[in-house]
Amino acid sequence: MFNTKSIFKRFWSWFSDRGFKHLIMFAVLAFVLYPIIWIISASVNPVGSLSAQSLVPDNPTLENYRLFFLGGANKYDAPFLLWLWNSLKLSVLTGLIGTAMSALAAYAFSRFRFTGRRTGLLSLLLVQLFPQMLAMVALYFLLLQIGDLAPWLGLNTHTGLLMVYLGGSLGFHTWLLKGFFDSIPHSLEESAQVDGASHFQAFIRIILPLARPMLAVIFILTMIFVYSDFILASILLQDSSQYTLAVGLKLFIFGSYNQRWGIFAAAALIGALPIVAIFLSLQDQIVAGLTQGSVKG
Amino acid sequence: MTNLLNENNYGLFFKLIFLGLLDAIGIWASVLLYFQGAYGFIVALLLGAATINYVFLSDRTYPIRYMVPGLIFLFAFVVYPIGYTFYLSTTNYGTGHILSKQQAIESLKGQYYQPEDPVSYSFEAYKNNQGDIKLILQSNTGDKTYLTGGEKLTEVNLGNERFVDSDEDGTIESFGDYELMSRTEVIGVLQKLQKWKPEANGVALQMSNLTTFDQRISRYEYLEERDRIRDRQTGELFRPEEGTFVSTTTDRSLEPGYKATVGLENFSRIFTDPMITGPFLRVFTWTFIWAFMSVLTTFVLGLGIAIILNDSRLRLKPLYKGLLILPYAIPAFISALIWRGFFNTNVGIINTKLLQPLLGLSPAWFQDPLLAKVAVLIVNLWLGFPYMMVVCLGALQSIQPELYEVAKVDGASPFQQFRKITLPLLMVSVGPLLIGSFAFNFNNFNIIFLVTRGEPPIVGATTAGSTDILISYTYKLAFGGQGATQYGLAAAISIIIFLIIGTISAINFHYTGALEEMSENV
Repeated sequence: MFNTKSIFKRFWSWFSDRGFKHLIMFAVLAFVLYPIIWIISASVNPVGSLSAQSLVPDNPTLENYRLFFLGGANKYDAPFLLWLWNSLKLSVLTGLIGTAMSALAAYAFSRFRFTGRRTGLLSLLLVQLFPQMLAMVALYFLLLQIGDLAPWLGLNTHTGLLMVYLGGSLGFHTWLLKGFFDSIPHSLEESAQVDGASHFQAFIRIILPLARPMLAVIFILTMIFVYSDFILASILLQDSSQYTLAVGLKLFIFGSYNQRWGIFAAAALIGALPIVAIFLSLQDQIVAGLTQGSVKG
Repeated sequence: MTNLLNENNYGLFFKLIFLGLLDAIGIWASVLLYFQGAYGFIVALLLGAATINYVFLSDRTYPIRYMVPGLIFLFAFVVYPIGYTFYLSTTNYGTGHILSKQQAIESLKGQYYQPEDPVSYSFEAYKNNQGDIKLILQSNTGDKTYLTGGEKLTEVNLGNERFVDSDEDGTIESFGDYELMSRTEVIGVLQKLQKWKPEANGVALQMSNLTTFDQRISRYEYLEERDRIRDRQTGELFRPEEGTFVSTTTDRSLEPGYKATVGLENFSRIFTDPMITGPFLRVFTWTFIWAFMSVLTTFVLGLGIAIILNDSRLRLKPLYKGLLILPYAIPAFISALIWRGFFNTNVGIINTKLLQPLLGLSPAWFQDPLLAKVAVLIVNLWLGFPYMMVVCLGALQSIQPELYEVAKVDGASPFQQFRKITLPLLMVSVGPLLIGSFAFNFNNFNIIFLVTRGEPPIVGATTAGSTDILISYTYKLAFGGQGATQYGLAAAISIIIFLIIGTISAINFHYTGALEEMSENV
């Protein structure tokens, strides 16, 4: 039985029911993937300029990736690997120390009743409404003054920038963790305390292991925030050897898009890789954490 | 029980060692700071140390111990900078007003003028074994003789026996271990001598040719008891006014000014100074439009996709979702820098590979204000919609399917179902996130600064650009490197942003009742 009309009818009913949805999805996918495909193509294109780019490059090569790993020895004299290392170092350290500090504070707010507790929690929330970058001028002068007295803590140092990030990472995460700790039953610690454990030991041995998933989310959110920060790092760091990837890459490419496109494409892809990998593997937890508060930068 | 006691003793032992170390470092640092004259830091340090000691020694403050590490950083790098920003917003700090008043007066005293008929001094140069150089200067009027090593002028009497003039030609050949230099030798050190400005009592000399120094007079003097600056050349008086010395008779003012508190001057300038008001209002308006449009575009696209993906019969759903989340996983600064390249007018692929071949267009994205705004919104849509998609998908899945069954039975069209069921229920959970997203985009520095850098410039404005939002405008005022830096004004705009964000958050809290809920839970 061959009936054109019925085949057309069946196609139309499929299309109007679900088919058009695939069509829309393809259109959106094109919008999303178009830049990504181009940047991947640029990174393996032996012709490093933006104007000479083609979607499928002739003679693809990994030369741009090789240049990335050469550090200051590459022909652009740009220490990409050092910048990447600086970014990773600052993000991981802020993540670890910041999460530890938030967890300590959150434990106190969750498990103890003391005068000023309520005020403390609410002030923490209010302080956090002031995005830290709004105080950029003040932070600049603060580090300038600290640097006069202790150069290793002042402007253009990673310790100085780390301290600034730590200050900013605290408020909201303390709230998030306090909420999580509240949901852990007290009975577990109480039985440990009967066995002679101190509050601090109960915190380390019982609460922290139970809160591991939440701690991981906060560690990663902090890490992503620091890794993506441009404004504070660009104000507080001044030498190429101190730059994070965000600052270094911006200065590297601004004004030289045409000539440096190929190597930039490789650097951008490598730079995105750590965060993309972490994000995709922990997607659900991260989004859950984000929807409870801040939005990723 | 013994075990417990032991552990407590260990704790006490470590605590005392920790506090001892902390106090030792604190005292050592205070002494160092004292010699540097940083009294403010000493007060902060000692207060901090005293608080920490109290917290760790008193039993009543036990819970606070857990917060000490965090609080230190929170106070030093959030609370104090907030306060300092408020303070800065009341100062004129910036180019031309960097120095303290005392430093500005010193700088003014260092400005000289040459009187119409200057006294000239002929000089001879002398050198000792170490290579130090001294000059003997004799005035052409013949009544003054000075000796100088470069900075101070000392009046001397050449009749003194230490000045040796063995051939009695009137030129001293040596004094002490200094020997007369020949003119050729003087030419060798000319560059050094030209920098010399030896002075005494407001009289300064400066080299005018190979054999003479001319007199210069310090132009300004500070009359301390009247707190006025006097211009010796014109006789004008200047009074200090909000960080600038202004003339009492004409409209002249002196450079440099100094750092001073100017009250709400910065805020009133924002609304009355025509050089600032115009650009500021445009930046202000665009910031709101930008934040609103960012939320609207990402939400509409994200919701649309979420509705499609919410169809359980749709095949390839995980693939779509996995690929569509990609832009959100890439750090925003990287996406922004990549897109800046794509939008490049001459070589960017949007023009060369899409618009030129397909439509024959090659728009100058970053030169046209409207196109630049469209460009940043497109970039933001690309990297922002996946968040909305994920959020909406979660919210859609929590809506009970029975509601739609009932609606269908009642004969509601899909559009009616969307308007009457989906949207209202969605808004309950997504609404606050939209406000949060608005507040975030309000300060979305990365996208604006890394895609357009706020450009193209607003005609007639020195700093602001057409796509600048308040935060990038603030950044440029303070650290832009183009034109004058205006820290005070930048701080004032920070305060304005803070007030707006505070209001938005208050609305958000009110809308969700979050604060009440939190107050009950704490």
